[in-house]
Amino acid sequence: MLKTLRQIASVGVVTEPPPDPEDSLRVREILQGKIRAVLGRALSIRHIDAGSCNGCELEIHALNNPLYNLEGLGMRFVASPRHADLLLVTGPVSRHMHAALVRTYEATPAPKLVVAIGDCGCTGGVFGENYANCGRISNVIPVDVAVPGCPPTPTRILAGILTAVTDSQAVHRGGRNGPKR
Amino acid sequence: MPLRRWFAHAREHPGGTGFSSLIVTHDDWRSVMEDLRAAGGRLIALWASREAGVDHVRGVALAESRGLIASLPVQGDGEPSYPRLDDLFPAAARMQRAILDLSGLRASDADGRPWLRHSAWPAGYRPLVDAAAPAAGSAMLDRYDFVRVEGDGVHEIAVGPVHAGTIEPGHFRFSVVGEKVLRLEERLGYVHKGIEQRFTQLPILEAHRLAARVSGDSSVAYSWAYVQALEGLAGTEVPVRGLWLRALCLELERLANHLGDLGALGNDAGFSFGLIQFSRLKELLLRAQQQALGARYLMDAIVPGGVSYNLDALGSEGLRARIRAVACEVAKLRTTYDEHEGVRDRFMGAGTVSPELAVQLGLTGLAGRASGQPFDLRVDRPWAPYTELAPLKCGRTEGDVAARVAVRFDEVQESCRLLDEILTRMPAGPWQTVVELPRAGLLGAGLIEGWRGPVFVALETGEGGTIRRCHPHDPSWQNWPVLEHAVIGNIVPDFPLINKSFNLSYSGHDL
Repeated sequence: MLKTLRQIASVGVVTEPPPDPEDSLRVREILQGKIRAVLGRALSIRHIDAGSCNGCELEIHALNNPLYNLEGLGMRFVASPRHADLLLVTGPVSRHMHAALVRTYEATPAPKLVVAIGDCGCTGGVFGENYANCGRISNVIPVDVAVPGCPPTPTRILAGILTAVTDSQAVHRGGRNGPKR
Repeated sequence: MPLRRWFAHAREHPGGTGFSSLIVTHDDWRSVMEDLRAAGGRLIALWASREAGVDHVRGVALAESRGLIASLPVQGDGEPSYPRLDDLFPAAARMQRAILDLSGLRASDADGRPWLRHSAWPAGYRPLVDAAAPAAGSAMLDRYDFVRVEGDGVHEIAVGPVHAGTIEPGHFRFSVVGEKVLRLEERLGYVHKGIEQRFTQLPILEAHRLAARVSGDSSVAYSWAYVQALEGLAGTEVPVRGLWLRALCLELERLANHLGDLGALGNDAGFSFGLIQFSRLKELLLRAQQQALGARYLMDAIVPGGVSYNLDALGSEGLRARIRAVACEVAKLRTTYDEHEGVRDRFMGAGTVSPELAVQLGLTGLAGRASGQPFDLRVDRPWAPYTELAPLKCGRTEGDVAARVAVRFDEVQESCRLLDEILTRMPAGPWQTVVELPRAGLLGAGLIEGWRGPVFVALETGEGGTIRRCHPHDPSWQNWPVLEHAVIGNIVPDFPLINKSFNLSYSGHDL
């Protein structure tokens, strides 16, 4: 018994203090703060599906749910490319969407940004390039930011949008060269 | 000839997938399909494939829950042709046009306009037959002759391919008088990516990843149908826990889609409260899924031989708690939807498909169940582990938007109940096993009740672990043409609501 008590006394209390909360883990809140600070105004986004499987669209829809609350940050999706600041493009580019994608890009007034969403948008994904498929979005229109993932989470998509708008050179650059062929 | 005689001549597929295959002569092709139709059979899919240098047209139908795949060798110089089927099964009309686009075989006396091929590749090129791809040029604007409606005050509204919202591309040509729709003609194929050709470039043990990405909201259904076909041919015995985890994933996929749709449908009726409430529930479900299984979307959950994600006790409890909360909250939201005058006014009587029309056109899946077509493979043709669960069929007969909403509400509760039972009875043990390479020259099939309806995958094996042909079939092929009928007489502003009540796949259709 005495040995036991002595052992306890000699080791003492070794409980570690709990970890400090890490504010750097609050990714969503940090992004929201940055977007507010940098933009200071609304951002209008036009989405185009150039050939996606629809998985990325599901995560883009999630941006408008009350937890991410994109509109609360001053960003909204618009029906016309002529009202848009930023094009959010999903999918590899199907040859049948080539003309529609280029026309939508050209209808978007400068200054404009293009964010490619998803592995297919970044690299062509599992679909590759073939008789029906032009491959990655940057094969057809200039892309400012490419967000990989299959599908990328809403937080990653938000980070991609923020990255596009905080690249000050892209924001202040006026017109653009024509789309790559 | 009675069906059992056709089945008696057919070869049953190994692995208990419930399919039999049969090679038919030119005359028997129509006979077998007529007999199937007469027995109340439903055409699932129609595709072409080249076997030992000979083109075959293959049709698969379900009759009395048994699947029959009939193959017809198509020979002939000039333009090879085969007897049409669209007079028996209207859904075959577009499938026949797609076969002509991709494989160059024509259905006699049937509509031969291009369907999946727009102008991006030339008419003579057959993607599933010809080796060399044509030189890639810039896509020209192509002509498609929509049917014109003549009359006083009739005008055309063209919508798409790029739509106003965050949605897949497709073209809808409306002929309207005032606000009323006289006629709708769809043109699809805008997201055709050459998936069937791509399958032949992938190893057979890895192509489940492509199957999962045919239609991103049905990844579990497609990948399961693919591996079901593969495992049947390879003689694989999937561990019991793997099968139960697959069912968990399939019901989670069904639940997530229904939550999203119920919210979107409220929104399309001007009730954005519904969108906010349901999108919150869906988000919390996806986060619980992420915690428990490791992914918000189960694109890579189903793999040959089992599943890639496992579930521990903590994950299971967290998921169970979230599912119970969803069931509770959805019950409350249902009362709100049912009692809201504005929502009822928009939902009831819109986009009606009568049971008679549904039978005639072969309306399938969830939309079919809302129009008095009580087919649910989980009940009619159960596969493990559904053989040990007893899902309840949900259905209505009114066939309007309200009915398709009601079926979704019922299926949410039923899926929550099934998920709870699956989590309780989840067997222990391994969740994946090795799959041997199947021999070359075999034909296998898988069929799974996805959230939209029956998802079918036909798989033909090549030498050395390659794929000779893979044909994934989306239930949207049956249902897209029915939408053209459903909108007649409705007002144009109700189109997004009616379209969303079906929520058909563009990518799954276009391949």
